Parts: sequence; structure tokens; C-alpha cells
Amino acid sequence: MTEALRTLETHITKSLSEKLISSKIEINELTIEVAPVDLLSTVIFLRDDESCCFEQLIDLCGVDYLAYGESEWDVDASSFSRGVKREFSFDDSELDEMDVEFEGKRFASVIHLLSIKHNHRIRLKTYCDDNEFPVVDSVTDIWNSANWFEREAFDLLGIMYSGHPDLRRILTDYGFSGHPFRKDFPLIGQVEMRYDEEQQRVVYEPVSIEPRVLVPRVIRDDLRFTAAKENKTKTEAEE
Amino acid sequence: MPEIRNFTLNFGPAHPAAHGVLRLVLEMDGEVIQRADPHIGLLHRGTEKLAESKPYNQSIGYMDRLDYVSMMCNEHGYVLALEKMLGIEAPIRAQYIRTMFDEITRILNHLLWIGAHALDVGAMTMFLYAFREREDLMDVYEAVSGARLHATYYRPGGVYRDLPDVMPLHEKSRWHSDADIERLNQTRGGTVLDFIEDFTNRFPKCVDEYETLLTDNRIWKQRLVDIGIVSPERALQLGLTGAMLRGSGVEWDLRKKQPYAMYDQVDFDIPVGKNGDSYDRYLVRIEEFRQSNRIIKQCVDWLRKNPGPVMHPDHKITPPKREEMKGDMEALIHHFKLATEGYCLPEGEAYAAIEHPKGEFGCYIISDGANKPYRLKIRAPGFAHMSAMDELTKGHMLADVVTVIGTMDIVFGEVDR
Repeated sequence: MTEALRTLETHITKSLSEKLISSKIEINELTIEVAPVDLLSTVIFLRDDESCCFEQLIDLCGVDYLAYGESEWDVDASSFSRGVKREFSFDDSELDEMDVEFEGKRFASVIHLLSIKHNHRIRLKTYCDDNEFPVVDSVTDIWNSANWFEREAFDLLGIMYSGHPDLRRILTDYGFSGHPFRKDFPLIGQVEMRYDEEQQRVVYEPVSIEPRVLVPRVIRDDLRFTAAKENKTKTEAEE
Repeated sequence: MPEIRNFTLNFGPAHPAAHGVLRLVLEMDGEVIQRADPHIGLLHRGTEKLAESKPYNQSIGYMDRLDYVSMMCNEHGYVLALEKMLGIEAPIRAQYIRTMFDEITRILNHLLWIGAHALDVGAMTMFLYAFREREDLMDVYEAVSGARLHATYYRPGGVYRDLPDVMPLHEKSRWHSDADIERLNQTRGGTVLDFIEDFTNRFPKCVDEYETLLTDNRIWKQRLVDIGIVSPERALQLGLTGAMLRGSGVEWDLRKKQPYAMYDQVDFDIPVGKNGDSYDRYLVRIEEFRQSNRIIKQCVDWLRKNPGPVMHPDHKITPPKREEMKGDMEALIHHFKLATEGYCLPEGEAYAAIEHPKGEFGCYIISDGANKPYRLKIRAPGFAHMSAMDELTKGHMLADVVTVIGTMDIVFGEVDR
């Protein structure tokens, strides 16, 4: 399996040459990254090339990297605290600050492809250039199954897919505002609804519950994994 | 002359044949469907977002609630992704148990599918027949995990506990007479494995019964043959997997092609269809009943002969035994850390897929090294199937929509997540 993946990786690296931003094999999975401008030509190559032949788009999803690597508990600190920093703020100005502070590309669109003919998989990542208004090309024409997956990524993360035939919300409620899977969207949501006796209808109100964290998010340098990684890089260097 | 226009029809979200909460907006020309626009999301709970706020192990229970008729298979997909990232493998016995329960789950799922599908199309009896067998299998679920539906039985590193030695007996109650109790308990005297084996011995007869009711049934054929035809090329384009893909004649089954658990150690065949219509998909799933039964038999044989551990011994990930915790300081610390913080995954990402009864179920986990996933994406087969709804129903009559929903084996827990 690994041998075949290696061959595939060299083939793709050769064919895509400078379009390819990075490629790596981890845990027996091949991941490649291209820029949004090269996405369409890359996917057409991946579908049509004889030794790639990815006939099926298995999955497409968006990722928000806003809070990547942030933990709620500083494990290096010498004293113990409750370990829970307040995660969200309802003050809009603070949210805006968060956006400004974030450096690098925030949104990524990840595609998982499967080739039934050659029995291999690939993961294709694209980072959107603009954090305020993330846009990627739609691959719906190449694989029709992308249609709903892209609608989902648009709905939940607000990534725009240009060229999509029907980019509507799909999972959230009619009239919903915001993109719930963004990291700055609170887990408890923004509105709650109830039936109002006087008005004789369902009304929406700001949430009344407080956000809480039961188990803080902790990032630990696990020695086993660090050791495994070092071993791996060592063997790779030797090769 | 008056102008003739298409009209739109609202189907669901509370229609009994909509299999849950599907709202279909159908554009009709007379009785013929021009366009179907499924509105989903009425059962959206944000499972993926919830999982991001919880340690890894606490999300296993959410997986049961995705496709709530094939619970353990969902868990398997999630647990496999975790194990892949952690770089551990469950002990062989645990893997055999998983294989067996995956197949039990497949039978459970297909039983509900055949019951509901036939009921939608007009055969009430099938539902009653299917639930007779489902009851036995859910008792097996209960015996190993304590819950009939939401088992949370699979854990990263193995399964929660070994198969129990006794199969619980039915007790006397207001609803069961003595004769009933005796009949129900007849096969429950021995271990859980005895009970499962007994089930595999009588189950092929039950499948024969379903087939006598349906396979050559004139009405069944009139409603299913040539409805919702998908060519192999279109099936791949539309992202169909599982029986939906095999019904179109594509021989693709992850259990054979990218084996996980113990599927490379057991014998079974992959049934494929020819015409890609609803009837072929029905035949494929009927054959899957028999093949699953075959796999369960082989697993029971192996499990009888080979006792052993069912959990990975690394207590940084799996909790230590309760007895150990009473006297061993280290075990107590391990338990405390697991209960209060969980374990951290190495930084990176992984996608693990399994052959779910409905198709390819995959979990894509991105970890930044924390004790909670940074992003979890669940690839549910039903979601892709549902998106093909428009193409499958175009040009068919209104009544065929029900057949197509049935043949796609839609469960909204996984479509909406």
C-alpha cells in the first residue's frame, strides 16, 4: 500500500510540478495542497489521468483554522488554575479584533477522493486567500456529488464556491444567520426560540444560558508521539 | 385555452413515508415529477461542533445517534480514525467482536430497511416480520452493552468489555404468559455466543420467508422494477456507495478492497446487481443478509476457541480495570487523568472509512495535539444518497418517490448530523 502511494505521489509531483504547494504521506494517507487558482486544473488532472483516475469524490468539507493550536489551560504554568478561560465573547468588537489578529490563511476546503479502479485515496487541500470573504472554485461539474457537500461547507463555514449552480443553505434553519461551524461562533448558539402566549407565535430571543467548559482543552507534548515523530524523521533522513 | 403550468407539491416533513424529517418540494407536471428539491437539516444537531468541545471518548455516544439504526458501525468508523491517529490496534479478539457486531448491525439495519421499505410500498406484514428478528439482535446489544440502541460499546483500543457468559432471561410480567416466557427463554439458557449461534442457524429460514413474501410478489415487482435506475458511471459521479453502488453493478466493498478489523480473515461474497434499479438493490441487500449471517457464524466459531484480552493494555488511552484501581496507585492516576482530561492525539489528520450498512461511512479528524478534536467531519453515506434524489426521481410518478426514498435507505440522523 505504501509503495503504491509513494509511486502515486512521485507521479503527481512530477505532473503538477510548480502547481503543487506541498505533498506528504502520513499514516498511509496522501495529502496534497494546491492554491485556489490551480484547483480546477488539478482536479481535472486527478480525475482524468490514467494512473490517478479518481472517479469518485467521497467527501468535501471546510475547515476554520482560527483557533488552531489554542488551548484553554496552560500546562507549563507552575500553579494550578481552574483551567477554564472564557471561550466566547458576545461583544462584536472583540470578535472583529480576533479576525484582525489572525495571521495566515483561515479557511481551507478539503476534498477526499477515491479511485475505484486503482483502489487508492487522496486528500486535496486548498487554503482560501481572503479570510474575510473566502472563495474557492466549485468542483460540482467535475463530480456531481460535490453539490451538496459544497452547500454544506458554505452553510456551516461560509466558504463561497464560485460556479456552484445553487449555493443555498442546507442544514441550518430557514432564515438562520451566521455560520455555526466557525470557531468564533459560540457552541450554545446565538438565539433560542419559544412559543409566546401573547403573540400566539414562536419568537426568537438571544440565548439565556451561559457558555461553559466542562473539560478544558489541553495540548500536551506527549513523549510517545514526539519520540515516534523523531524516529520517523530520522529514518526518513537516513533514506 | 387555459395555460397549463407545473405546480409544486410539498411532501413532508411529517409524511410517514419520508423516513423521518424530510421535506421534499416537488415540481410536478400532472403526476410526473420534473424536479425534486429535498430540504434537509430539520434534525441537524451539530454533532461535529459538539464533538469539538468534548474529549475524544465522550463523542462515541454521539456516533450512535447519527445513523440510529446501525449504531455500532458508526462507532467503528470513529474509533478506527482515533486508533489510526494514536497508532494503536485493538487486540485480535476485540477485532473479531467488532467484525461480528458490525455484521449484526448490518442485519439490524437491513431488517429495518426492508420493513419500512415494504411498508411504504404497501406490504404491512414485512414490518412485523422484520421486528421479530430485530428484537433478538437488540437483546444481544443489550447483553453486551446494557443498551438496546445506543450502545457505546466500541472504544479506541478495543471494546468496552468481553462478551458476557450468560444471556439474560426474560422474566415473568403482565405482558407475557408462562408459555410465552418458556418459548422466549428456550434459546437463552447458554452464553451470548450460544444465543447468537442459534440465531444464525434460524435466520436463513427467516430470509427465505421475506423472499417468499416479496421477491416474486407481483405488486412488489411492479413498484420496484425499473424505478430509480442509476448507471454505474452516474453512481460514481453522484458519490453513491454501498448497496446503492453495488446495485448498479460496481463490485466495490471496503470490507474486501480496503479491509479493516478481521474482514480479511473471514469468507464472504459481494453481491452485485445488474440493472441498477430499486429491485436490484433489494436483491443485493437480501443477499447481504445471508453473507452477514455467514460472517457472524465464522466469528462465533473463532471467538469460542480464542479467549483473550479485548482492550489495548496502554492505560494512557484505555482505562485500567476497576479491581486494579483499588490497590494500585498508578492505575488510579491513569483513571483520574482519563476521566478528567482524556488523552491527547498527536498533531495531524486522518480519515478512516468503513463499509457501513448504507455505504461508506468515514470520519475525518484534524487534531492540533489537544484532548479534543480540532475538526471532525463525518462523511455520512445517506447525505450523498439524498443529494442524488433529484436525479433518481426525475420523470417518475409521485408514488415512485416513496420507493426511491425506501431504496436509498435514508435515515435522517446521519443525513442531518
